[in-house]
Amino acid sequence: MKIETELAQAGSRWDERTGAVSMPVYHAATFRHPGLGQTTGFDYSRTSNPTRLALEETMARLDGGHRAFAFASGLAAIDCVMRLFKRGDRIVATEDLYGGSFRLFEKVYRDHGIEVAYADTSNTRKTLNALNGAVRGVFLEVPTNPLLRIADVKAIAAEARKRGILTIVDNTFLTPCLMRPLELGADLAVCSATKYLGGHNDVLGGVVTAGTPELSGRIAFFQNAVGAVLGPQDSWLLLRGLKTLSVRMERQQKNAAVLARWLSRHPRVRKVHYPGLAGHRGRLCLGRQAGGFGAMISIEVEDPAMVPRILAGVRVFLFAESLGGVESLITFPAVQTHADMNEEIRERLGIHDRLLRLSVGLENAEDLIVDLDAALSL
Amino acid sequence: MKYPTKIIHGGVDRDPFTGASSIPIYQVSTFAQKDPETFGDYEYARGDNPTRAALEQNIALLEGGARGLAFASGMAAISSVLLLFRPGDHLVVGEDIYGGTYRILTSLFERWGLESTFVDSTDLDALRDAIRPETKAILVETPSNPTLKITDLAAVAAMAREKGLLTITDNTFMTPCLQRPLELGFDIVVHSATKFLGGHSDLIAGLAVTKDRELGRKLRFIQVAFGAILGPMDSWLVLRGVKTLGARMEAQQKSAELIANWLTGVRDVRRVYYPSLAGREGREIHRRQASGWGAVVSFELSSARRAKALLRSVKLPLMAVSLGGVESILSYPATMSHASMPPAERKRRGITDALVRLSVGLEAAEDIMEDLERALKKASGRSDRNRKQG
Repeated sequence: MKIETELAQAGSRWDERTGAVSMPVYHAATFRHPGLGQTTGFDYSRTSNPTRLALEETMARLDGGHRAFAFASGLAAIDCVMRLFKRGDRIVATEDLYGGSFRLFEKVYRDHGIEVAYADTSNTRKTLNALNGAVRGVFLEVPTNPLLRIADVKAIAAEARKRGILTIVDNTFLTPCLMRPLELGADLAVCSATKYLGGHNDVLGGVVTAGTPELSGRIAFFQNAVGAVLGPQDSWLLLRGLKTLSVRMERQQKNAAVLARWLSRHPRVRKVHYPGLAGHRGRLCLGRQAGGFGAMISIEVEDPAMVPRILAGVRVFLFAESLGGVESLITFPAVQTHADMNEEIRERLGIHDRLLRLSVGLENAEDLIVDLDAALSL
Repeated sequence: MKYPTKIIHGGVDRDPFTGASSIPIYQVSTFAQKDPETFGDYEYARGDNPTRAALEQNIALLEGGARGLAFASGMAAISSVLLLFRPGDHLVVGEDIYGGTYRILTSLFERWGLESTFVDSTDLDALRDAIRPETKAILVETPSNPTLKITDLAAVAAMAREKGLLTITDNTFMTPCLQRPLELGFDIVVHSATKFLGGHSDLIAGLAVTKDRELGRKLRFIQVAFGAILGPMDSWLVLRGVKTLGARMEAQQKSAELIANWLTGVRDVRRVYYPSLAGREGREIHRRQASGWGAVVSFELSSARRAKALLRSVKLPLMAVSLGGVESILSYPATMSHASMPPAERKRRGITDALVRLSVGLEAAEDIMEDLERALKKASGRSDRNRKQG
């Protein structure tokens, strides 16, 4: 069955009793037991809830994983993955990482004795060199946020596996629709489901997909023990969002490609980061491992003074944090998504005061171009 | 602003108080007032609710009308529109109307003295001939349900205007994304928003849009007084559905056209109804008045037994009532959408017991065709075996 078919009918056949083609929202905290020592398969909603399960099963199938787990946010999902590690373990992570992940690693897990080292994971040789000693995990963001660099997941995961190191891929930007990290050899895939999976900027959620029964068992344990689970209503909204994921991704990345090409010729734009552009360093690598280049673009404008004018001047783009929804958003990473990264690191990476990130939505591409053109000329 | 952008930002893409990118769900019945004599914009949620208002504004914009109104179901929308008329009035109605509309006209409104004459609305002369002195409006559906006959909207509107009649159309199959009847001269558009507008088979809703403000005011009075309004949660879900309307319609109708073309060459399929097919009457009219062929395909098998066997053996399309969702739905008009129409009337309209209706969803078209092919083989196999067994 093709992925579009899987998505369109997610949860459509769950309710045998009534035949309801939409997954019921089980707003139940607890479930009556048929008898002593008996269970319907559902005991308490933190452990498992039917609506959340329908979402989790759909994600597991999409990712080609063993099981998937839904959390209250993308960071709650990453937090759950981090619990696989213990004091003294080291992790190598992508250096231009989402600011929230960076904050979690630096301000929460460092105090717990888990040290994260950062590497340019678009450089396979450097990354592999860093996988030594106490390193137990490698955390890749592909493409990176916001610079859209591409790591070679297959090469890194293969070598990590040989060294007994877990590979975790944050697949938020591409979703299993375009890239399936587990098929490339990763052990775990995480997604902020708030973004493309939900797709409507109206729900927060996170998903972890585990490749093996052993990892599933451990993640399931932490999900239940820690309890940052996704509620039934949000699970249902995510499931509803998934149904249009494939058409949304297709259209949004088509729009993004048009926009990226146009921006790369704009006189007031110094540089365009988009992996689908000829000349992008990771283009070939992403072409090999993904079914598309996604709908995220970052641009460097000529002058920092343009930034506030652009953000105030856009009419179709919404100036807001987040990405992946049907509405196009424009973000200023240095003060929004990456505010928790210190300035020196930001500058070195290129997340500076001229960088803007665009999440391209479902609008008409020409309208988006007209809007940006007007804002860029202010 | 181009249509795909309008769909996303139809004036309701952010909350003015917080900037929230999704309109809030105002789950509220009443609104606190500041003054006993002068009320604010919102008073009691039957009258107005901000979430419902956002949807109403959105559909008015998409249809290009003056006023949009949201109702608890498609039938509530149509019924409320029919309350614009009074005892003694007469309507000329396209005979291929949805079974539910046929039912309220013949079994409810007729009792209250609103009479209807049903004619083939693809025939302008037949429509004209049915007009009486007390006729007040013409009600048509195009493409019709389930045989997808095409009515010339601009011609009907011009003729009605000449006779001083209101024109009403049910635009459920097309949505404003593909066809905008108000731009073609119609006065009122109604929708079952349960179908393509909502798009996810997870809510029941109806919408009506009037071309002018005065008619909108009259219909709004009925909405508030009669009270068949849409609740805030469902209003929000329809709005959320509309965000992907453009992308869904495009993908679904692309698959529908592929499937319709494929069906024409399938053994056991006697007839395929889909507006784009060569030789289909009204093809050119439809091409003129709409920007796409839609995502509903009806087809007739060689026997009722085979149709039922097909319905029993399909695995991918859900066998169910309704249409327009992301999941493909195969339905059997004779016992489902048109069960409320007398058998003789059904037969006259070509709604035979061998006819099935496929609402094409977002699944991969290859998967649907593969499943239909397998089910069709099974359907003919079983009936052959039955025949041998006597």
